[in-house]
Amino acid sequence: MALELDGIPTIPVSTHVFGRLAKATAVAGGLPTTRSCFVPQPVVGRTPSELRAYIEGIDPVNKRPFMQGVIEGLTRPLDDEDLKDASFERDTPRYLEPDTEDNLRTLFMEQHWTDYLPIILPTEERVEAMLKGTSKAPDMFVGYMRPANFREAWGFDVEKVAINAVMAGARPDYLPVILAACATGISARSSSTTSWASLAFVNGPIRKEIGMNDGIGAMGPHNHANATIGRAYSLTSQNCQGGSVPGETYMGSLGNNYNYTACFAEAEERSPWSPFHVDHGFKAEDSVVSIFLGGWYTHSGFGPRESWQEKFVRMLTAADHFSSPLFVMDPIVANEFVKLGFTKDSLIQWCSDNARMKAKYYWDDQWITTLVKPHAEAGVEPMASRLHADPEALISIFAPEDIKIIVMGGETQGAFKMLSGRLVSRPRPNAPRGSMPPGLIDVWR
Amino acid sequence: MAQKIRVLDPRGYPPKVVGKRLANRPETLEGKVVYLIDCLFDNSDIFMEQLRDWFAEHIPGAITKMIKPRESWVDDPEMRARVVADGDVAIIGVGL
Repeated sequence: MALELDGIPTIPVSTHVFGRLAKATAVAGGLPTTRSCFVPQPVVGRTPSELRAYIEGIDPVNKRPFMQGVIEGLTRPLDDEDLKDASFERDTPRYLEPDTEDNLRTLFMEQHWTDYLPIILPTEERVEAMLKGTSKAPDMFVGYMRPANFREAWGFDVEKVAINAVMAGARPDYLPVILAACATGISARSSSTTSWASLAFVNGPIRKEIGMNDGIGAMGPHNHANATIGRAYSLTSQNCQGGSVPGETYMGSLGNNYNYTACFAEAEERSPWSPFHVDHGFKAEDSVVSIFLGGWYTHSGFGPRESWQEKFVRMLTAADHFSSPLFVMDPIVANEFVKLGFTKDSLIQWCSDNARMKAKYYWDDQWITTLVKPHAEAGVEPMASRLHADPEALISIFAPEDIKIIVMGGETQGAFKMLSGRLVSRPRPNAPRGSMPPGLIDVWR
Repeated sequence: MAQKIRVLDPRGYPPKVVGKRLANRPETLEGKVVYLIDCLFDNSDIFMEQLRDWFAEHIPGAITKMIKPRESWVDDPEMRARVVADGDVAIIGVGL
């Protein structure tokens, strides 16, 4: 699109499953007659001759020869439709038309405003009650969210977050946590074809104030605050970013169960190590929500047993290495590692030192190739060294800063999980002086 | 008859759509520079190589040039400047 504005006639080529999304993106971008062309899905894994057949075949969206569309799209003069002003205002009303409860429930579902579980309808009284959970004005602007990098960003204020918090069944005293999560601008409903989820972990005094569960069943459906805060973050994300509708604003091939709700609390008081938020520059008395983009893989284990090192190496090297690991450990496990002489940092360093695989396997990964290789080719370390390594050489696949550990669980078992999770709610390097640190809950009380 | 109630709209605020204009098209690709932009998705480079071969066979008068952005999903103004400097048209792909 930017090239068209630069004066270069351009044909964007996508696979056919992106047909509706490409049209919607073109309309929202003010170029509804963008001359997109499509080839069948998939392109990944196809041989050169198979791709040549795509080029010489039929565009499955526009139903004409692919190259005919390309050549015509580049040379056909602009017509009246192309030159028509494509500007328009869009708005969402503050209130919906009054209707019966049953009809409104149907409307919310048909409009894809729910997660298809029952919701609490956001009446004025309920939203007002929810807003008592924060000192912020309802019309205070909170931020922008978008389903993917190249999509338009929608804005939202405190009231919009409160509306979705009501729908999720949250209580007013949870609202500052929900606001802090949403204010990071990181969507809990990423549209990525890889089916990302955003996992929210809460630290600090607010965990106890609102009764979050960091004990037995800490990651399960056993606590009102955990369940509804995560759900509210998810509903706010889908509704305040412009949707999460399959084929239009959601393209995750498999989907992700963490998208329903994924909010957890660290068992700071029972951990032998410093709380996660303190490791990342906050004070112990701060309340913080940290957002991890992940949810691809889960490995689990118990111990540490005698062969824990081999187990950890197997887990780490079996991970999708584009998505870095987050260890969630029961306090029993953390304390056993302390007995073995590990600090949190030294255990992370051990993982980084020992998570090694042959370079040829590291690079034979779709997302490493797509997203990491360009940086490696540009000389950015440590990716450049990995790229230049002998294909048979063992290379480290995770830097220490990629690997995180959070302690939680009910001590009924020495259990741990290794989840796909990259910390993304970090302060931006170019953040304006005095801006709110991402994830700080206290500013939303 | 069931009572009607009033509820709030849960959606955020969409930005205004500002209409833009497509670039003027050349009459022909003969003698024109066609930039083939590999958007870095897996196998896009092979697709673009096949596209380059197709042009060589079917429109040999078109001059194809392959180029890549710095990274996927991120605008690369330097790459665009190179395309604008000596290109006439572009094909970018393959979006997943």
